[in-house]
This record gives sequence, C-alpha cells and structure tokens, in this order.
Amino acid sequence: MFENLSERLGGVFDRLTKQGALSEDDVKTALREVRVALLEADVSLPVARDFVKKVQSQATGQAVTKSITPGQQVVKIVHDALIDVLRGEEEPGALKIDNPPAPILMVGLQGSGKTTTTAKLAKRLKDKQGKRVLMASLDTNRPAAMEQLAILGTQIGVDTLPIVKGESAVQIAKRAKQQATLGGYDVYMLDTAGRLHIDEVLMDEVQAVRDVATPRETLLVVDGLTGQDAVNVATEFDGKVGISGVVLTRMDGDGRGGAALSMRAVTGKPIRFVGLGEKMDALETFEPERVAGRILGM
Amino acid sequence: GPRRVLDDDMLESLEELLIQSDMGVETAVRVTANLAEGRYGKRLSVNEIKQALADEIARIMEPVAKPLPLYPSKPQVVLVVGVNGSGKTTTIGKLASQFRAAGKTVVIAAGDTFRAAAVEQLQVWGERAGVPVMTAPEGSDPASLAFDAMTRAQQEGADLLMIDTAGRLQNRADLMEELAKIVRVIRKKDPEAPHNTLLVLDATTGQNALSQVETFQKLADVSGLVMTKLDGTARGGVLVALADRFGLPIHAIGVGEQIDDLQPFDPEDFARALTGVEA
Ligand SMILES: Nc1nc2c(ncn2[C@@H]2O[C@H](COP(=O)(O)OP(=O)(O)OP(=O)(O)O)[C@@H](O)[C@H]2O)c(=O)[nH]1
Ligand SMILES: Nc1nc2c(ncn2[C@@H]2O[C@H](COP(=O)(O)OP(=O)(O)OP(=O)(O)O)[C@@H](O)[C@H]2O)c(=O)[nH]1
Ligand SMILES: [K+]
Ligand SMILES: [Mg+2]
Ligand SMILES: [Mg+2]
Repeated sequence: MFENLSERLGGVFDRLTKQGALSEDDVKTALREVRVALLEADVSLPVARDFVKKVQSQATGQAVTKSITPGQQVVKIVHDALIDVLRGEEEPGALKIDNPPAPILMVGLQGSGKTTTTAKLAKRLKDKQGKRVLMASLDTNRPAAMEQLAILGTQIGVDTLPIVKGESAVQIAKRAKQQATLGGYDVYMLDTAGRLHIDEVLMDEVQAVRDVATPRETLLVVDGLTGQDAVNVATEFDGKVGISGVVLTRMDGDGRGGAALSMRAVTGKPIRFVGLGEKMDALETFEPERVAGRILGM
Repeated sequence: GPRRVLDDDMLESLEELLIQSDMGVETAVRVTANLAEGRYGKRLSVNEIKQALADEIARIMEPVAKPLPLYPSKPQVVLVVGVNGSGKTTTIGKLASQFRAAGKTVVIAAGDTFRAAAVEQLQVWGERAGVPVMTAPEGSDPASLAFDAMTRAQQEGADLLMIDTAGRLQNRADLMEELAKIVRVIRKKDPEAPHNTLLVLDATTGQNALSQVETFQKLADVSGLVMTKLDGTARGGVLVALADRFGLPIHAIGVGEQIDDLQPFDPEDFARALTGVEA
C-alpha cells in the first residue's frame, strides 16, 4: 500500500546524481520523504521529528560514493541510524533472572498479547534455559483470563498458580511469591490485566503489585501494529510502573512496526522479544536489522 | 481567545495534530488543505480554527455514521471478524445485551475454537447479556459450528445469530480461507447471510487498519466497522482515512470493558475529540 523509501527518494534525487557530496538542501529534501515514510510506518510524530533532525546533521556533507546513487546513500544513512536507535546495549534475550525465584511482571494495554507472551516466555525459559517456571494470572477483570493462562500452562507443561476466586491482584502476587519460594521455582511470572495507561485505579493497582513483587524484569507488551499512541503508552507505563524492556507482538502481520522506534526512543529500554504468531513457540529475540528494514518498507 | 493568522505554520501544526490522531499523512494533508480554502490568511482564534477542522472531519464522517441495520430475516446473522485482540468477543457481549434490551431474541455461536479459553470468555458474556451461547470443542472446525448454530437459530426462530470468530491477521491466507469457508457454510442455510459482517478495529492501531479493512473486505465481504478502545488516548483518526477510501459504515464504538460501554458512532463527538476542540 505504501511506496518504499528507495522509490520515494529515487525521484527526489534523480536531478542530483551529478553532485559530489550531499548538500544541506539535498538532505533536507530527502529527509522530508524520510519523515513521511516514518509516519506511514506508524513512528510517532515527535520521535520521527527528532530522528530526522539527528540524521540531518549526520548526512549533510557526506561524500556520495560513486557506486551508489545519492538516494541509495540517504537510505543507507537512515537505515544505519535506525538500527542505532533500535539496538539496546544489552543482549536482547538475556533476562535478569538470577536469585531464584526471580519475578517477571508483564504489563500493557488490553489485548496487546500479555497472556500469550507470558506463556511463550515461560516455555522458552523452560526449554532453552532449563528453568522451573511458575505462572500466575493477576487478571481479576477479563472474563476467563485466569482459565486462559491455566490452559496455556497445561499445553506447554508449565505450572500455574491455583486459581482462587475473590482475591485481589496484590493478594495473588503475594501468594505467587510465596509459592514460588516454597516450591523452589527459578522464575515466577505475573500476568496482569490489560489496562489503559490513563486508568488511575488500575495503574495504582499495578504499582502495588510491583511493590509487593519487586520484579527483576517488568516487560511492557505492545502490539506491533500500534500507531501514534505508542508514545503515550510508553511514557505512562515507564513513568508509573517502570519497565525494564519491551515485547512487540503481532510482528507476523504486515504492519511496518514503527512502534518499535517509538518505544526505544521514548523509554530507552531494550526491545527484548517479538511475537510472531499465536503458537507457543512464535517468540524470537529482537533483531534491530530486520525491524529497521521493515520500517523503511525494504 | 487571541486571534492569529491562518498561515503555513498554522496549517502545518494542524496537519501534525491530525497525523498524531493516526489519520495518516495523505489524508491529513488533504483535510488541512480543505480547511485552508477560503480561510487562508484570515485571523481566527485557536478554538475557531479547531472548530472548523472538527466541522470538516464531521462532514467526511457523516455519511458513514450508521447504526447496525436490522433486517426481518430470522435469524439475522451477524458475523464478527478482525485481527487478534481487537475486541471482537467483548463487542459481541455488548451488542447482544443491546439487542436483548430492544426485545430481540439472540443466539451466540462461539466460533473461536482456537484460542485458549475463548469459549469460556464468551460464555461469561452470554450470561451477562442473558443470551445462550453455542459452543464446540477446542480445535474443532468453526464452519461446522456455524452450520449447527444456523440450524438451531432457525429452529428456535431467533431474531439474531451472532457468530464470534478467532482473531486472525489479514496476511494469513490460510486463516482468511477459514473465514471464507465459514461464510460459504452459512450461505448453504441462507443465501442472504451473513447479513452483517462486522470488522472490529482497535483504536490504538495505526496505518495497518487500512490493510485490515482492504483484505477483510475483499475476502470476507465486510459490511461495517466497529472501533474499540476509544476510551484510551488513541483518537482513531485512521477512521477518517478509511471513510475516505472505503466508505464502509461505522456502526458503533467501544469505550470500555463493561457491558454498556458501546456507543453509536457520532461524527461530531468523534471530530471534537479528535481535534481537541473545547465544547
Ligand atoms: N498473530 C499474533 N497473535 C498474537 C500474538 N501474540 C498474541 N496474539 C493473539 O492476540 C490475542 C490477544 O492475546 P492475549 O495474550 O489474550 O492478550 P492480553 O494482552 O493478555 O489481553 P488482555 O488480558 O485482555 O489485556 C490472542 O488472540 C492471541 O492469540 C502474536 O505475536 N501474533
Ligand atoms: N478499554 C477498552 N478495552 C476493551 C474494549 N473492547 C475490548 N476491550 C478489552 O480488550 C481485550 C481484548 O478483547 P476481546 O474481546 O477478547 O478481543 P478479541 O478480538 O475477541 O480477541 P481474540 O479473540 O483473542 O482475537 C479485553 O481485555 C477486553 O476487555 C474497549 O472498548 N475499551
Ligand atoms: K488510532
Ligand atoms: Mg491477558
Ligand atoms: Mg475473541
């Protein structure tokens, strides 16, 4: 549906191919197209704006390599800059789960994929790292949320905390901690109810859960198809709960995944995993190169 | 408030306001250009400008604001489709409750035979709405459940049959074919059915909503849209781009997780919320 960036820039730079270096005006013209490409890929506007500004200063004055067109050169500069922002300092898949039982708290908006990702991650920790994992649903809101996690637990062979109706999220978190300690688990995962970042009552609830569990990792689970609202979601969840990383789901779709850039730029926290389907093994560690190419439609 | 000239800077910041609502660059540019016509260079207060922008958006949205049409067919079949987690099951619960309140008899079919506890979730909604829910075992063929549900709803003379489906991404050809099969099977019982095929969109979704509508319309004959999660900070501006390109009716909006949190789509309210105009 969208032109990719190379096509866009091809036209813009046709008249400039003779020049030896990227002038300030060339770069400005090109970056207008880059800005549009980023916005069409759902990068949040303030993030796209800052990114373009940064690339502007990087690109201006760069010599145009003979073998490629100026358009291709700008694409390369933009692509590299994207990878730079997307890549975190740490190994994306390496979760801090020393000191058993290590709590992992999963948070996010309604329907973003928290419960599914909780189970996928638990399976991964079990299969790849031989960890004993306990999963607990703190979702006292959504119909059959606890049953959903229990069924997934059975499917993947991971224990779930027995369901006790009528308990609050905080009570369940306490019970999970206790059971994880007594039961000798390496990791316990707390799946929470979906909540809007502006819902004060529910944001208070998840803060209280955090204070009880003191999680080693707090992962914000975000739909990879998210649009401009990504900045608000990231800002609020990080500000109010404090997150240690991001999981982007539904990256098996044909969305351009601009939310990845927004998440990184706003929180500075690593994107750890991407969800690539509904099945329990459809979780991969985040690869900045792949997502950068995708944002640019390449 | 203080007045200022509607100049290029002002237009650019309006454009950005629209882009931040997920309207997309192309539509945002066109909407601001329309706004500028006859007003460029004039002195207006910020609220006057926003009001004019809201009017422009409401004008685009007016033709697509239509409640779910009711037909005399018994049962009227409402098929609910969409990508994962968009709010299909919840919306069915809310709609069923509204139909019940309007004195209709409703049957729900739990056509998501894939996701863990999808059936249990819908059963809770059925109880809340006071509507029976037909189920099939996990992993079974949703088309055959749809067929059985048609049979039952016809026998019982129900006014409406609402069919939930598993979430599916539109680029999954196999899952889209599964949906097409559900439709074919329903049509064996009634060639006119499904009478409504609702595509449920999540307001936090960005430009991918365009691809969702395009593909679901092509492969599942979508007849109308519902946008959920408008109680958040996402403004749902992509609906303007969708109205422009596809012209599909928007039947309702979801504004929360409770049973009454489904409202008619009101173009003026929508436009006001989108532009942030003060009432
Ligand atoms: N295609 C695809 N679907 C996914 C992915 N992750 C989750 N899903 C689906 O998205 C839907 C919602 O997932 P859940 O795990 O229930 O989401 P949640 O965040 O727990 O939802 P709430 O608890 O209601 O807030 C389900 O249909 C999942 O199967 C993914 O990476 N790709
Ligand atoms: N805030 C808010 N949450 C909503 C709204 N509609 C649905 N939800 C929530 O979004 C999540 C997903 O809703 P579901 O109805 O399960 O979505 P679905 O499309 O059936 O999901 P799958 O069957 O997994 O594809 C749940 O937590 C709902 O409570 C809404 O209008 N506002
Ligand atoms: K939106
Ligand atoms: Mg959940
Ligand atoms: Mg559902």
